Amino acid sequence: MMNMENILREGSAKTPAVIFDCASGKLELRGRSIPENSVEFYKPLNDWIDTYGANPCNETIVDIKLEYFNTSSSKCILDLFKKLEQINKQGSQVRVNWYFEQDDEDMEEAGEDYQAIIKLPFNMIEVEEI
Amino acid sequence: MTIAYLSEYSKFVRAEKHIMSLRRIYSLYQTMEQEKIILSFSGVVTSDFLTAVLDIMETKMNHLEESPKTKKKVFNVLVECLQNLYHHIDDGCDTNKELRRSKSALVMVVREKDNFLIQTGNYIDKKSVADLDARLKKINSLDKEHLRDYYREILGTGSVSEKGTAGLGMIDIARKSGNKLEYEFLDIDENFSFFSLNVKID
Repeated sequence: MMNMENILREGSAKTPAVIFDCASGKLELRGRSIPENSVEFYKPLNDWIDTYGANPCNETIVDIKLEYFNTSSSKCILDLFKKLEQINKQGSQVRVNWYFEQDDEDMEEAGEDYQAIIKLPFNMIEVEEI
Repeated sequence: MTIAYLSEYSKFVRAEKHIMSLRRIYSLYQTMEQEKIILSFSGVVTSDFLTAVLDIMETKMNHLEESPKTKKKVFNVLVECLQNLYHHIDDGCDTNKELRRSKSALVMVVREKDNFLIQTGNYIDKKSVADLDARLKKINSLDKEHLRDYYREILGTGSVSEKGTAGLGMIDIARKSGNKLEYEFLDIDENFSFFSLNVKID
């Protein structure tokens, strides 16, 4: 259907595992995101979403399972959400599942920060371990 | 005779120095143990250094009897502090000596009775002092909720610099620490001040 490659990346000590699957409309970030310069890391992901947005699935599910991210990443993640916001406006139903570990108020609040800025449905999910 | 004496004397001095320097190891060790310094480093902050330090800290924290919540907070604040230092050292300076000085920093993690301290020190261009001071004053004047609003404001409106910084580091540090940021600028010479930062995590 779509002529684009999925993104599959293993996580590292400073970067999250990434699964962006265009056929199922499932996008996942898992682990930690603390690179010194996150633009380098996130640019290909944001570019992928641009391409995906031209021909998205009816439903797009975004699973954010981050243990921690630095402020350099926070801006890039916001850009990613802004692109998804556009895709949501254009017809694909986008849903964000924001995972956070029990008692991790910081990550819970981080999810709320994005909710306050981005017009997308957020589902806050508390889990024992990410 | 004289030469032999001198040579004996210099041997003696060397031996004394030797003992002194060995004693210093023990005294440093004692200081670090007594003060509960978990981590102490001074030198140039590079990307590889960051990776190594975070790795060491994670291992050390795993052995501490602390709640996962506290461990995570300490780790997160340390990441921001280190990356602040890392990005700061990119700032241009004229001469080699200045460059070396501006790239060097001090990082310490101390475990106090009821809290952790993350302490950093680095040289800062005098021209940047007023701006940083104003930002920190503003951050310290805000309570928890206003700090959150301020963070959201900068996140939503600011842009990322080429270095990948978003102007959110200090706000994030203050938010996660839950305490006021203690800091000081020391006058060094006509070009530099020394910026000391003390972040307390309960």
